[in-house]
Amino acid sequence: MKKSVTGKIAALLIGTMLSAGTALADGGTLRIAMTSSDVPVTTGMPNNGFEGMRFLGYPVFEPLVDWDLSSADKPADIRPGLAESWEIDPEDTKRWIFHLRPDVEFHDGSAFDADAVVWNLERFFDETSPQFDQAGSAIVRGRNPILDSWEKIDDMTVAITTKYPASYFPYIMSYMLIASPAAFETANSDWNEYGKAPSGTGPFKVTNVTPRVSVELSRNDDYWNPDRIAKLDHIQLFPMPEPTTRLAALRSGQVDWIEVPPPDAIPGLEGAGFNVVTNTYPHVWPWEFDTTEGSPFADVRVRQAANYAVNREGIVALMNGTAAPAKGFFDVDSPLFGSPENDYTYDPEKARALLAEAGYGPDNPVHAKILTSTSGSGQMLPVQMNEYLQQTMAESGFDIDLEMTEWGSLLVALRNPPGTAPTMDADALNISFASSDISYLAKYFHSKNASPVSQNWGAFGTPETDALLDQIETTFDAEKQAELTAELHAKIVDQAPWLFIVHDLNPRAMSEHVKGFVSAQSWFQDLTSVYIEE
Amino acid sequence: MLSFILRRLLQAIPILFGVSVMVFLMVQMIPGSPLDLLLPPDASPQLIEQMKEAYGFDKPAWQQYLLWLWQLLHGNLGYSIFNGAPVADELFDALGNTFVLAIPAAFTGFGLGILLGVSAALSQGGPLDKLLSAIAITGVSLPHYWFAIVMVVIFSVNLNWLPAQGMQFTGVPTTLAGFKSMILPVITLSLIPMGVVARVVRAAVLEVMSQEFVNTLHAKGLWDRSVLLHVMKNAAPATLAVMGLQFGYLLGGSILVETVFNWPGSGNLLNLAIFRRDIPVMQATIIVLAAFFVLLNLIVDIAQALIDPRIRR
Repeated sequence: MKKSVTGKIAALLIGTMLSAGTALADGGTLRIAMTSSDVPVTTGMPNNGFEGMRFLGYPVFEPLVDWDLSSADKPADIRPGLAESWEIDPEDTKRWIFHLRPDVEFHDGSAFDADAVVWNLERFFDETSPQFDQAGSAIVRGRNPILDSWEKIDDMTVAITTKYPASYFPYIMSYMLIASPAAFETANSDWNEYGKAPSGTGPFKVTNVTPRVSVELSRNDDYWNPDRIAKLDHIQLFPMPEPTTRLAALRSGQVDWIEVPPPDAIPGLEGAGFNVVTNTYPHVWPWEFDTTEGSPFADVRVRQAANYAVNREGIVALMNGTAAPAKGFFDVDSPLFGSPENDYTYDPEKARALLAEAGYGPDNPVHAKILTSTSGSGQMLPVQMNEYLQQTMAESGFDIDLEMTEWGSLLVALRNPPGTAPTMDADALNISFASSDISYLAKYFHSKNASPVSQNWGAFGTPETDALLDQIETTFDAEKQAELTAELHAKIVDQAPWLFIVHDLNPRAMSEHVKGFVSAQSWFQDLTSVYIEE
Repeated sequence: MLSFILRRLLQAIPILFGVSVMVFLMVQMIPGSPLDLLLPPDASPQLIEQMKEAYGFDKPAWQQYLLWLWQLLHGNLGYSIFNGAPVADELFDALGNTFVLAIPAAFTGFGLGILLGVSAALSQGGPLDKLLSAIAITGVSLPHYWFAIVMVVIFSVNLNWLPAQGMQFTGVPTTLAGFKSMILPVITLSLIPMGVVARVVRAAVLEVMSQEFVNTLHAKGLWDRSVLLHVMKNAAPATLAVMGLQFGYLLGGSILVETVFNWPGSGNLLNLAIFRRDIPVMQATIIVLAAFFVLLNLIVDIAQALIDPRIRR
């Protein structure tokens, strides 16, 4: 009896060794702990924000306009995806023509063509279509509010019309992924069923879904782009919202890669031989000022003074180097940063001088209430960081009152104008944003988008910046567009509608076995180059 | 007895109804709808309004409630707003995952608790009593969350004996890895019931031992062990009541323990639903858990009545 048990164990061990051997020959299995609290939806329109897009969006499904994630040295820009090329209709600046990539197949073997694109557009934008997907539609429309109509020109060409001319429309199209219509039929026209065996065109296929526990992706050997055939055999994705749990899972060898290790654990991880990867990406962690009458931040001098009162290096140190100072909406190294007059260094003296001009003084500090959340997507360590700001800004003459709420309530505050009940009388909100592309600028800084219309919460706007934004929307020449954007950005820095604090550096920690990862300057990452070396 | 059970079951209906109304009212009081959380932070308020209409959140609260109740009475727990999955599937999976931990945790906690409590009572005032009572108090007052993390640091990160997180099986564990993934959560979960039961048992045993019938039994010349049996039987009803409640808490799933160990149980599900304002999931989970409590109380009452004929009268 004893013998047979030993035999079984030996056989098991040999089996494990053999399978480890095969893994070595191939790319192996990469196990990733995400920060999301649930497995993002696997139907081709993941929830859980951009983390969902990063892991269950782009690796499995593809958009017409994709992101080039091959470089760590420059901000990621768009590149052709399932559309080989696109152009604006010379007759109509609202009509975009997309030329689709031929010979692409979905994971289920069905062909990708104009009908598939139209079918997916109906999935998100046509409530009467049988494939209408309410939850997916909510997310896509949130990111793409300007799409108006579409038409199939021929089997490989589709035209999409926007509600108004928008030169940055291709960027917006990068957030809509294409799923297989044939697989929907197989799933009895039920999106919940579809999620169990979904089908896209990407370099990985979904091969197993255990709700709330994990998703397994496997390499798509038939991927249309031979340069981007994945090296890994499999990827296993685990939702792990608790930072200490992720840390323990990595340190005990249960996973190979964790998103966002707790900042204070980074020295220990590095000491134990783990790689902590950081890189700049389009994220900004600001305070959005209420610039309306009655708020102390209605006065541009007070807004500038606040920007000079921030010890950004101090926050970077607090975050153990996982953040970089922000002196504008874009990173200072971005070609879109421009040449503003103000360089927001930590200068309490200058801050006090500006405040004196605005009528404040040592006996009369600026009283302001800041609303933030205790946690939430992209919020980093909001409590500690805001308390640090509160303490250091006091020196320059700011008496800051912090109001902490939970993430959901902060989102509600963002969607209501200053002074209304959900905003809890805050003079500024602290909520982090993506700054991926120029399409975001109008949303945050054009006066026509003052809340509750869109995301310009503090109702900022000057005739000058509004005019520039309008001009950018209708400038289709890329170079000219970049030039105007830099000019606009410089003005925004000087007008300081926000307190520019830091950019997150998106830390992730991985075991030394993980090789080949290129940390793109993006919210999204390319997993095709990664492999495991035992 | 049968009419007693029937009467109690009927009494459960208004309780569950009350719970559902309470839950619904509380959800209405939190700012924001599920759509505020589902949509990207930069979604426009216009879109949110459109979506509210599509989901029926623009209707008056009482209409939403009646619709939900109507579906519930037809056995339909609805669909998650977040991922469109049927709530019943999600909930029963989660409850199963919680049961798998709750049952061994209850056995461990109650077993140790009774042992500690009786031993402490028998050595009342002595050093053993003090030591055991200290253990019981520690069990009740140690923060779960902290204790769990310390165990993970020792047994997973440093010794690498046990997995740090996750449920390594589906349904019931059949492999060694599956059993190993249960050990740390079960120990953590059993702490509180152990402490509470130990304290209640000690008090109950002491109270019974001070009664005159115990002296009579001793005077009759009964062996200590037989006397103890009598004492235990008399102390049982109070202990049972506490154990029923504690088991109820375990079934509810500890949000903290399930969070630290990333265990996909009902506590985890409820926590997720609250933060996402996923009303159908929240309502269904709370209703089902409330039903468990009602049922457990009923079972305890029946058990007490069986043990103690005075209660039946």
